[in-house]
Amino acid sequence: MTPFTYARAHDAAEAIRLAGANASKYLGGGTNLVDLMRETIERPTSLIDVTGLSSAIEEQADGSWLIGAAAKNTAVAEHPIIRQRFPMLTRAIVAGASAQIRNMATVGGNLMQRTRCAYFYDDDGSRCNKRQPGQGCDAIDGFNRMHAILGGSNHCVATHPSDMCVAMAALDALVHLESTAGKRVVPLTDFHRLPGDQPQVETLLEPGELITAVAIPPLPEQQSTYRKVRDRASYAFALVSVGAAVEVDGDRIKNLRLALGGVATKPWRAWKAEQTLTGKRASVENFRNAIDAELADAKPLSDNGFKLDLTRRTVVAVLSELTGVRS
Amino acid sequence: MQFTINGKPTSVEADPRTSLLDLLRDHLHLFGAKKGCNQGACGACTVLVDGGQRILSCLALAAQYNGREITTVEGLADEHGLHPLQDAFIEHDGFQCGYCTPGQICSAIGMIAELKRGVPSHVTHDIASRHIPLSSDELRERMSGNLCRCGAYNGIVGAITETYAEAAK
Repeated sequence: MTPFTYARAHDAAEAIRLAGANASKYLGGGTNLVDLMRETIERPTSLIDVTGLSSAIEEQADGSWLIGAAAKNTAVAEHPIIRQRFPMLTRAIVAGASAQIRNMATVGGNLMQRTRCAYFYDDDGSRCNKRQPGQGCDAIDGFNRMHAILGGSNHCVATHPSDMCVAMAALDALVHLESTAGKRVVPLTDFHRLPGDQPQVETLLEPGELITAVAIPPLPEQQSTYRKVRDRASYAFALVSVGAAVEVDGDRIKNLRLALGGVATKPWRAWKAEQTLTGKRASVENFRNAIDAELADAKPLSDNGFKLDLTRRTVVAVLSELTGVRS
Repeated sequence: MQFTINGKPTSVEADPRTSLLDLLRDHLHLFGAKKGCNQGACGACTVLVDGGQRILSCLALAAQYNGREITTVEGLADEHGLHPLQDAFIEHDGFQCGYCTPGQICSAIGMIAELKRGVPSHVTHDIASRHIPLSSDELRERMSGNLCRCGAYNGIVGAITETYAEAAK
């Protein structure tokens, strides 16, 4: 690690003031940042520990749930109301990492996770536009089995690694931000940027801007879940994951929220699939048509074409489970 | 920095870059917690914070845990002898080389505390239920953050199952 100073902030205003104009980083549980600093991929000159900021999980007057950015992943997953009303969110969190890491990792830090692309980590021998802007990308023509089929560019095809964010994308979560310029609230689906020609810019955060909370609006759909497909049964990143919430009226899909993980450069809200399926009869054929509409723009790479069929099958299985349709 | 380590108040100076694992091993000479991968993949460095929360000490900066209580495998035995889970690991051959064992034991103690609190896991069928019996599937899923290169998993599962037989109900 390169040298840095460490300071603990007691509230958001203090954190923002301490961060100042330095090359500071806000420190959550450290489960990703400390690792990246050890690899000298991240080289902050100061760390502002924000784990002492709000970790409260509280219902708001409008029925939404506000989760403080310092809330640990475990605390969100085990919360009695979260797991009852938003089973998709609890299932997504417990599908990610290990219990030890979930005990350390914060909600704010989860949003700020960086990709697990092996070329991004390989500081010694690989080119990576995220790590070294303009350098080129060795993943596009390299070993890209784990990489994105959606949202990639000629500059980057790295997937976003989070499970929690996929559920939050489906749940229309709102990210609360604060900086010296004031406060603002942005949809989680806008928070992460597509790589385009600047893959090193991963979020819409301004310098020094801090995530203070994430709000989950009330979910009218009674049925929601999260399913993750990976190379081993536990403790692995997703090949494909699906977060879905469905409300059925008779035999028709009245409301649908669908998001995908493991296949895209950001937590991927499947808007096209939702539009295609809403109002239609709940059937395997219609589920297939909906995910096909979403995957029409998919660009598989040399090693990850299998993700197309895996995504189709996983989406059909999840929607069948939630609607009681036999697949 | 001030810690309470295995019940003893401890004061130690260290660079902010020091991980909790390096603080324990290099500064305090507590060699129980192991440096397996040093990147959060193996669980050999698992320790308990504030009376039972399991974390990975390799990914923890020591400075972040200033003022907290840390328990390592060295702190589990008392004047009456080994912790029951330590005895059970011996009884069940829950290890071969022993490198992962301190992490496995600390992790299992933290795991049981989570289970008693009603924390759900990836294999929990009824995600809203606060009462989750410790089935074989639950145990294996909840311990998946601790790898054993010798493959002593059956002994590890046997030791935990026997020690916490009550949790299966």
